[in-house]
Order: sequence, then structure tokens, then C-alpha cells
Amino acid sequence: MAHAQKLEIFRGALKFKSNTDKIWGVLILLSVITAIEVVLGIYKPEILMGYVAGMKVLNWIFIILTVVKAYYITWDFMHMRDEKAGLRRAVVWTGIFLICYLSFILLTEGGYIENVYSSGYITHDF
Amino acid sequence: MNTTVVNTGTEGKTWGGGKDPLNASYGKMMMWFFIVSDALTFSGFLAAYGFSRFKFIDSWPIADEVFTHVPFMHGQDLPMIYVAFMTFILIMSSVTMVLAVDAGHHLNKQKVSIYMFLTIIGGIVFVGSQAWEWNTFIKGEYGAVQTRSGNLLQFVDAEGHRVAISDFAIAEHSTRAQHEKKNGIWFTSEGTLPAYSVNEVVKGMEANENVLVRTELLNAEGQKTVLSRAESLRQLKSNGQLVVQGANLQVNEYGKPIFADFFFFITGFHGFHVLSGIILNIIIFFNVVVGTYERRKSYEMVEKVGLYWHFVDLVWVFVFTFFYLV
Repeated sequence: MAHAQKLEIFRGALKFKSNTDKIWGVLILLSVITAIEVVLGIYKPEILMGYVAGMKVLNWIFIILTVVKAYYITWDFMHMRDEKAGLRRAVVWTGIFLICYLSFILLTEGGYIENVYSSGYITHDF
Repeated sequence: MNTTVVNTGTEGKTWGGGKDPLNASYGKMMMWFFIVSDALTFSGFLAAYGFSRFKFIDSWPIADEVFTHVPFMHGQDLPMIYVAFMTFILIMSSVTMVLAVDAGHHLNKQKVSIYMFLTIIGGIVFVGSQAWEWNTFIKGEYGAVQTRSGNLLQFVDAEGHRVAISDFAIAEHSTRAQHEKKNGIWFTSEGTLPAYSVNEVVKGMEANENVLVRTELLNAEGQKTVLSRAESLRQLKSNGQLVVQGANLQVNEYGKPIFADFFFFITGFHGFHVLSGIILNIIIFFNVVVGTYERRKSYEMVEKVGLYWHFVDLVWVFVFTFFYLV
């Protein structure tokens, strides 16, 4: 299994000398992202409390940072970067499509039920 | 020439057979299949959690107030620190795993064993931390009173700091005997009775001028609503049904019972994956040590079990976000 490994991340902006170096580099990146999340989660800056597309900016930042982390775990730890495009697409697009579909349906339904509660058809606070 | 063989004209082409068109072995491909389906299982759980959360969007518990404990630091309010530590442990063990895979590519048996061993240790530390987290969550801290509709009344002082029920409730002689098999119907039993009755909490609240009731409803600033003194007493007297301490599958002192259900189910299912991962890692570790892969001249098994281990880490990244951050 000594096939060639791609050693650059950030679309080639950062190229590591060896595979081991790349692993440590990705670890630093993931730790920094987690640290940012934790600091934002503890202090919850007032400026990020506004709403964009129905959700707080802070929550959007958390979700985007999570997807970034997921990308680097899959691409560099699970070596997706070195797999053939066919395998990569079969795994990633199947997952992304079904997950987006499922979340959309369930969250819409949850929002609808909340609406039924809050518009007073059912008393649930007694 | 054999007349039953048909020449398909694809010999030698990528999908003509006898090749690995995706450049991945059968075992590795099946591990990817499994990971995709397991990822969909976990997204099903997390989406269901999102459903319940959207349903109770105006009264969902605030994670920062629920998970505030760190071992050996009693009575300190440290939200997020402990889960951040757990996340780091899991990412770290992912790193040692990928280093083991890398050493496997160089057929370096000694390095593979060391890194596999470190990965197993990381996994055990993570599962242990999770057990501690569950224990703290189940025990609870302040206690609360549940209303008839299953909503919660929590208690705060005038500054808005949480007050434990045991700090102000006035214990009185209880006439309510616990139902046991030997004193009642032999085929049923009941769990431990709550330490205080609603009556004792009401008495305690009347005696302590500055105790107020906090409801689950979130106000415009995303904080829980604190009732006035008169309204607090009225709510407690007219709606209080049961004193709740800690959390289990029926009641939950932190908020909606379904929050505790999802917490137990999702982190439990993830913890079960970590446990299976540790067992798989131990099996592979011993195979490495006895030299199975050395003789095979291929450490691909380490790579496959590594894929699973990274996947467990990947799931945790999402659990961390949706349970503790968002």
C-alpha cells in the first residue's frame, strides 16, 4: 500500500514534507477550530446574536466550523484525498444528499408543530 | 474455440473485470459502505433531536447550564471545558491511529504497535469521561418541580442564581410509605421516592422570601423566564406535582424529558461505537504484535479499523456541535 499521497492542503497553499508532518498539521488545524468553537460557546459575543435565515449567526458559525472539521477528518485522516473520484463521490454525495433531505423534512415538521402549540390551539403549559 | 464464450469487447478496460476500478480492496470498500449507512443512522438520530428541539424551540434547555461540571473541581461553573477536553482526547486518538496507518505503509511493526496502543488508551479515556458525564447528569444538582403538563419549575434567588431544593425545602414527617413487594402488590414495585414532597418545597418557599420560580420559557434574550414572587407561589401551589432530582428516561430536572432521552440515546449509541472500536483496535493490536500483518506484508487491516475509528471521531464532532454548542 505504498501509493502516492497528496501532501498539500488548502488547495495547495500549504504543502507538507511528509505524510507525518501533514497529520500533525491537520491536528493543529482541528484543535484551533475546536478552541474557537469553545471560546465562542463560552462568551457568546453579543454581535453574533443576530438572526440570518432563521438561525443565530453564532449557530451558523458553529455548523460551518463543524463541517470544516468533518472535511479534514474525512479527507486527511480517512485518506479520502487519495481515493479515486468515483469512490469519493459515491460516499460523500450520497451522504450529503440524504442528510440534507432528512434534516429539511424533520426540521420543517418540528417547526410546524411548534407553530400549532404557540398559536394557541393546544394548551401545553399548565 | 469455445463457442459458449461471448466476447464482450471490454477486456482490458476499467470495468472489464479482474481489476479494482475504484482502486480500493473489497474489505476497504465494504468498510466505506458500512460507514455511509452508519452515518445515515446517526443523522437520523440527530435530525430527530432537531425535530424535538424545533418543536420546543421556546423552552429547550440551555446546554451551558446543563453541562457545567469538571471532575475534581466541585462547585465551579465551567461550561464546555470538559466536553472540549473529551473532543480533544478523541481527535488525539484519531491522530495516533492515522500515524499507525502511516507506519503500516512503511511496514514498521514496532511503530504500528506503539501507535495502536496509544489509540486504545485514548479510546478508554474517552469512554471513561463519558461515563463520568452520564453519572453527573443522572445525579443532578439543584432539583426541580414538575407540573401536571410535564413542564418544569426551577428555583433561583433574587440575583437569578440557581438554588438547590435541598437548601430551602423544610423537611417534615412523611406519611407516604414507599411501596415495596413485601408490603403491597407483590408483582409491582416503585422506584425510590423523591427526597422531598411538593408540600415541603412549598413550605420552604413560603419561609424563604427571596426564592423565585424560573420557568422553562425562553425570553427575547434567550434566558429562562423568572416569575414574580406572587406568581411563583401561585404556580408552585396550583401546578406542582412531583419533585424531580437528576435525570432518567421519565423525568429530567434540566428541562424537557425528551432532552434527557436524546442525550442518553445519542451519546449512548456513540459510546457503544467507541466501545466496539476499542475492542476491534485491541484485536488488531494483538494481530500486529504477533506479526500477522508482518508476514502478510500488508497492514491494510490497520487501515480498515482506522477508517472505523475516524468515523467515530467524525460522529462525535457533530454530537459535540448539536448537543453542546448550538
